[in-house]
Amino acid sequence: MAKAFQKIYTQITAITKATCSLKAEGVGNDELATVNGKLAQVVKIIGDEVTLQVFQGTEGIPTNAEVVFLGKAPSLKVSDQLAGRFFNAYGEPIDGGPAVEGKEIEIGGPSVNPVRRKQPSELIATGIAGIDLNNTLVSGQKIPFFADPDQPYNQVMANVALRAEADKIILGGMGLTNDDYLYFKNVFSNAGVLDHIVSFVNTTENPPVERLLIPDMALTAAEYFAVEKHEKVLVLLTDMTLYADALAIVSNRMDQIPSKDSMPGSLYSDLAKIYEKAVQFPEEIGGGSITIIAVTTLSGGDITHAIPDNTGYITEGQLYLRRDSEIGKVIVDPFRSLSRLKQLVAGKKTREDHPQVMNAAVRLYADAANAKTKKENGFDLTDYDIRCLDFARDYSREILAIDVNINTVQMLDVAWSLFGKYFKPEEVNIKAALVEKYWPK
Amino acid sequence: MTTGKVKGIIANLVTVAVDGPVAQNEICYIFVNETRLMAEVIKVIGANVYAQVFESTRGLKVGDKVEFTGHMLEVTLGPGLLSRNYDGLQNDLDKLTGVFLKRGEYNFPLDEKKKWAFTPIAKVGDKVEAAAWLGEVDENHQPHKIMVPFVFEGTYTVKSIAKAGEYTIHEVMAVLTDADGVDHEVTMVQKWPVKKAILAYREKPRPFKLLETGVRTIDTANPLCEGGTGFIPGPFGTGKTVLQHAISKQAEADIVIIAACGERANEVVETFTEFPELEDPHTGRKLMERTIIIANTSNMPVASREASVYTSMTIAEYYRSMGLRVLLMADSTSRWAQALREMSNRLEELPGQDAFPMDLSAIIGAFYARAGYVYLNNGATGSVTFLGTVSPAGGNLKEPVTEGTKKVARCFYALEQARADRKRYPAVNPIDSYSKYVEYPEFEAYIAELIDKEWLPMVNDMKTYLQRGKEIQEQINILGDDGVPVDYHEEFWKSEVIDFVILQQDAFDKIDAVCPLERQQYMLRLVMDICRHDYNFDIFTDVIDYFKRVINLCKQMNYCEFHSPEFEDYRKKLDELLAEKQLKK
Repeated sequence: MAKAFQKIYTQITAITKATCSLKAEGVGNDELATVNGKLAQVVKIIGDEVTLQVFQGTEGIPTNAEVVFLGKAPSLKVSDQLAGRFFNAYGEPIDGGPAVEGKEIEIGGPSVNPVRRKQPSELIATGIAGIDLNNTLVSGQKIPFFADPDQPYNQVMANVALRAEADKIILGGMGLTNDDYLYFKNVFSNAGVLDHIVSFVNTTENPPVERLLIPDMALTAAEYFAVEKHEKVLVLLTDMTLYADALAIVSNRMDQIPSKDSMPGSLYSDLAKIYEKAVQFPEEIGGGSITIIAVTTLSGGDITHAIPDNTGYITEGQLYLRRDSEIGKVIVDPFRSLSRLKQLVAGKKTREDHPQVMNAAVRLYADAANAKTKKENGFDLTDYDIRCLDFARDYSREILAIDVNINTVQMLDVAWSLFGKYFKPEEVNIKAALVEKYWPK
Repeated sequence: MTTGKVKGIIANLVTVAVDGPVAQNEICYIFVNETRLMAEVIKVIGANVYAQVFESTRGLKVGDKVEFTGHMLEVTLGPGLLSRNYDGLQNDLDKLTGVFLKRGEYNFPLDEKKKWAFTPIAKVGDKVEAAAWLGEVDENHQPHKIMVPFVFEGTYTVKSIAKAGEYTIHEVMAVLTDADGVDHEVTMVQKWPVKKAILAYREKPRPFKLLETGVRTIDTANPLCEGGTGFIPGPFGTGKTVLQHAISKQAEADIVIIAACGERANEVVETFTEFPELEDPHTGRKLMERTIIIANTSNMPVASREASVYTSMTIAEYYRSMGLRVLLMADSTSRWAQALREMSNRLEELPGQDAFPMDLSAIIGAFYARAGYVYLNNGATGSVTFLGTVSPAGGNLKEPVTEGTKKVARCFYALEQARADRKRYPAVNPIDSYSKYVEYPEFEAYIAELIDKEWLPMVNDMKTYLQRGKEIQEQINILGDDGVPVDYHEEFWKSEVIDFVILQQDAFDKIDAVCPLERQQYMLRLVMDICRHDYNFDIFTDVIDYFKRVINLCKQMNYCEFHSPEFEDYRKKLDELLAEKQLKK
């Protein structure tokens, strides 16, 4: 790998599990190097002592390893040739195809000037009512699924990706099991959309520290298609919890003081740098967009853990999956899920009654949950309680279940018909003008 | 000037070997090839200076050149700040070229060519001191005072003052002679170090004037004062940002400064997009005309995030010195604290709780202390009202930032997950929240004058109903609907009427979003009248049905134009409904 003019160092002074140090001069911060052929990055420079983080781990690295500095930060070659390809964390093909030709761009580049952004306003329809009706997605948004490891989040995400009509879908897989990797590959091939898809994959078989490169690789590719090609790009990042774990490993090996839950104190900024790449560009700069749908797996449903907690403060809402025991199907939980950008499209890009119908239905669903608690505690139910419970069951089955695939107008019509079936207008608490217009006669 | 060379780099903390004197918090520039990166000195040990760089240090090498500036981080103050979008270091974001932020690209924050219509206030021979008004220009319909620079010490005599006319910001507006007979030229522009409070006023009394926000759960239940401080802690997803936006749109202030500190870029974009369109409900002009946005979103460099809150506060104090009412909103102060934590961590300081720096609560306290209502030296008044949000980790209010803030902020608006889950927005818990100002006799006197003497007792009464309602709800949950007397249901539903009609407010409905004080009085009187009556019910299900209809009619009133025919129509229907069941007193 060394070129003629490059200096080779062979005196390593310190080795830890993830880093090694040596004396070297003229080295830039964040610069890449190879240590006996293994890729590494400069993370610390004190005088002439340079500390390198070795992505694959330092197993087998001798004190006389050959170290070559490459004079650049991690980078990716971008061009149309990326489409349809699978890469590893370094941006090297893993599908047996040829290397990609194109402009070489350093990953983890600068942020978009906030005044050059446009307010997201394009609806992304998924056909899933728990999303479209209750938590509408908007292009340029960033939103994670908060899921337990046993929930079918990758399947739901693949479904969303296929229905979302994006120009490009970029998959960033971190610590993906080989089975899940093959699942994504199959789903995308079978749907015949492989040419819209670019994948950067780090599986559980690869070293964990390599994962740190995945989001930046995926987003550098996304920025290329959104900025240069003016495309609507959807980025899928799964699983961000494993990414954060890799951050913790590195920070721990660097002797940094951990903050909450053994995570590095910079976790918020580290995650924000990734998620804030989601953007809608105005027409003047081509109108491209990057939308990020991520997965953050929870341990035991605990959302106060530092990873989901910091994520929740960065992303524009979060989606929860839940198995509804009444209907025996998975739904997008209407209580805890939230899309913060929904009001930018709900009732504006969708029918006028959308916001009020959505709120009324969720309120009644909450009343049903209260009634259920009452019932479980052995109290008598009122007539209203019983109607709420019936409503909730129908609402779950006909609208919320993730296997239902209907458009928002249909969702709204079904909701009104359920209101009419079980309630009086004053129990539903919707503006009189809308009741007048839509209440089933 | 002192120069130096880079000796070490860990992320954005750079060690520099220097050849001369440097000051703590001094600004320096580090050269990466042709690019100048701004940095601030945060620690000095011997000849080693530790500087936090406000940008990415990628590619920086040992031996790179460093130049020190001899001053701390400063803001440039002058006409033309309004309607601007700045980053945390006061770079005008609109002047930056390119879609992406380029590191090392800094610019002058004001318009140097624009001419301002100047009217002199001071006369030749006047004795003046720092912050004295020399003249004024019209900045977006605000009387922007040209003042004696805050850095001037002692008394000066006005030697000359510019005549009324049009001038650019760099022209000399006045010449002042100091006690030693030395002349000083004053332009429209001055600089001030952001971490120092501007203290050029006579007195800072306790706040006593109501700051109307149009949000019922604030104005009616827990009022904020002009020059007061408040904070809004809330787990994510509880409507913190919506509430803050509502306040910044509607509050009765002359100047609104929004410090987007480490939060989402799309939220700032919402402000960028909406404020130029929205009208100020008090003046009918565009909101953007009175607004300054300091945007340092979460993906922008961490060190300038810390600077951004100080930049905002300094600009706020500047406008306060002109006798204006300034509202400063910072979202979120937790992100600022996290920036402090990241730096303290890199400096290898011994950590306090949750790895925050030990002096965190002192830093927060000193910052909140810069807000306030003041009597200026010329007797005029001005105010900086500060409202910060806190994003407690895991929604736990026992964490250091929330606790540090609770010690100093006088109003507390507790956003509650349970309310948000039930879509009861704004999700401010009426019982846990407080405003210390209602306990101030001077505020009581002010309200008695503005509304009447009965107002505060009535509000207190309302809170009692809410408290009682909550207790009864717990009992109903334990004993069951028919395990408690019918009266209990009546009491509980009265508290629900208050909750639905007064506390809840639809921020996305054109009319309900803003509720002027007059309307708040009308609705509270109406609701309290409902609560103070007794009703005639036999079974609890009747109570529920009945009060749901009451709530529905009151809510429809909230959605109608005040005193419009529809509004009066609903009122009439409501009166008829009340007459059905109300017992004569």
